[in-house]
Amino acid sequence: MNQPRDFVIPGPVFCIGLAVFAAIYLALFLSSESQAAILVYMAAGGMVLLLNNMSELKPRLSEAIKGNERLCNRLAVAVVLALTAAFHADHYTLFLIGTILLYIVVVLGLNVQLGFTGVINFSCASFFGIGGYTSAMLLSKTSLPPLLALPLGGVCAAVVGSILLLPVLRTSGHYAALVTMAFALLFRIFLEVNDALGGPQGVPVRSMSLAGWDFGSDLVIGDLQMSFYVSYVLLGLVLLCLAFSFVRRIERSWIGLSLDAVRVDETASACFGVDVARWKITAFTIGNFLSGVAGALYAMMLAYISPANFTFGDSLIFLSILLLGGVGNSWGVVMATAVVVLVPEKFQVIQEYRYLIYSALVLLMIVFRPHGILPRKTRIYRPGEAA
Amino acid sequence: MDVGFFAQFVINGLMLGMMYALVAVGFTLFFGVLDVIVFSHGDVVMVGGFTGLSMYFWLERMYPHLSPGPKLLCMALVSMTVIALLGAAVARSVILRLRAAPSLNTLLATMMLGTVLRESIRLFYPDGANPKPFPALLPKWSVEYSGLTLRLDNLILFCIGALLIVSVHLLINRTRLGLAIRAVAQDEETARIMGVNFTLIVLVTFAIGSAVAAFAGLMNGLYYNEINFSMGLLLGAIGFSAAVIGGLGNIYGAILGGFIFAFLQTIGAVALPFASAYKDVFAFAVIIALMAWRPTGLIAEKTSERV
Repeated sequence: MNQPRDFVIPGPVFCIGLAVFAAIYLALFLSSESQAAILVYMAAGGMVLLLNNMSELKPRLSEAIKGNERLCNRLAVAVVLALTAAFHADHYTLFLIGTILLYIVVVLGLNVQLGFTGVINFSCASFFGIGGYTSAMLLSKTSLPPLLALPLGGVCAAVVGSILLLPVLRTSGHYAALVTMAFALLFRIFLEVNDALGGPQGVPVRSMSLAGWDFGSDLVIGDLQMSFYVSYVLLGLVLLCLAFSFVRRIERSWIGLSLDAVRVDETASACFGVDVARWKITAFTIGNFLSGVAGALYAMMLAYISPANFTFGDSLIFLSILLLGGVGNSWGVVMATAVVVLVPEKFQVIQEYRYLIYSALVLLMIVFRPHGILPRKTRIYRPGEAA
Repeated sequence: MDVGFFAQFVINGLMLGMMYALVAVGFTLFFGVLDVIVFSHGDVVMVGGFTGLSMYFWLERMYPHLSPGPKLLCMALVSMTVIALLGAAVARSVILRLRAAPSLNTLLATMMLGTVLRESIRLFYPDGANPKPFPALLPKWSVEYSGLTLRLDNLILFCIGALLIVSVHLLINRTRLGLAIRAVAQDEETARIMGVNFTLIVLVTFAIGSAVAAFAGLMNGLYYNEINFSMGLLLGAIGFSAAVIGGLGNIYGAILGGFIFAFLQTIGAVALPFASAYKDVFAFAVIIALMAWRPTGLIAEKTSERV
């Protein structure tokens, strides 16, 4: 900071510029069809990230984002809305955007469990699935308003998760990992053999409807015809905003502090009067609830769900997103989700190889950057204090 | 219930139990020396099966007149050697590099490694996405007695499996190499001071555990007459469960756990007449319940710092 700057771009302008750039980039990426163009865009995106990491722009950028957090949140919403408006008739692109939004909700939940509290969960795709199957069953068997299926999906996931609480609390490390892993396998096998839930073929899910607004048919406002996925993207966005502000608030409150304490050192925090079991239960339940809510809406958006949507491999994908994006780093998670969902869908050449590529990537990252993955920045208590 | 029918279930359970025990022994050996869970072990078992199958096709082409016995021996030797090398390579390139990392990282890394192995077989083995028929190379002779079918090939598999476990046991408890392995398992630093080559011992242990797993893969193929790329995930989870239920780091515990899991599956198939399809759900549910009851397994670890 010694050398005087010729001119200083104010933070908000920086952020707006970034948002415009992101929106244009995403719009170009999403609208391109040819594989060569997509490859070029991907390479360009990678180059920009690399340049940003190497140049002196990075500290100023992160400073600008940190200083204008509210503005950034609003800009992110605006970018999604702009993209939705731009692709208002394109089913497939809107479906991808909706998927990204809901995946982020799941990863936020996982972040509360693993990132904040250090509770291992290898079965978040199962809780995602519990939400999905709950909404499928509620909508087909009862006449409850579909909106109610979202919270009920979350509640069901949390309740089923509470069966796992006792073993998860009593065990730690490898043993806790085994419990959730066994549950993920159990859940998949259960779905496949249970005829009431459709067996391996799965079940159809009725679409969402909200006070006469049917999400299952295309939206027509005046002479503007929009894809029915627009409704899902909007609702997904609302859900993501709620989940995001909820998780941010938890993180900044004394609850987040307790969760951090439990993660860093269970024994020490127990000595200081932090109720370890209570916070582990809280984190595990919140995470499962968020996965369940997201799963309920995802099932409606898919309109048809089967056990193959909620495998152990999918749980590993959610975990990979969290690790690739950086545990506790919310913008990183958003970016990682977008990459993990979009790249194989758009760049069809690697579609077949995507599990192989993700797992190899995460493996390399864990092996070669073991410390760059898990640690979260120490919280800053007063503005201006060094981390 | 019919005695013969009952005995049939016991025999099937014993076969499964032997297979699971062979996998669980690997988990427990690796945990013993390095305190890590190598979740890719199940997929190593699968690769072992596929290596054996490739060897079979190669032998078919090169020596079409070879009788099944030597063919099988050749397959077993090649598969066990290749997989032993693979296991040592995994230890060298992934596990040993992650010594300082938190245990969650190791677990995740090995899960990802398992996925890499699984996907590689699916994508790069010819027609690897579909189940592969496994040749029946053992004599098909069998006796029937009041509804009970005792097959010679199963008996042979069981005996070789038992022989393998006994030899691993003797190797660990009666040889100098085994002494070194136990020393490393007990206290790495002291073992190093006493002149034990730590890295070498770890690699050898991984080679031994993986070779046993390769045999489990062949046994799986010969028993079910089929192998497929995704069998490793379930086998790995079962082997891991078995090792944990028995108490990690304890070979007897792993064997016990393997048979317990097979027993649970069999019970699930017999005692839940309304839904024998739920046998795996039942077995895993009992495993979770057992974990809640005895968090470090039935035979607890001596140093239970991990609870």
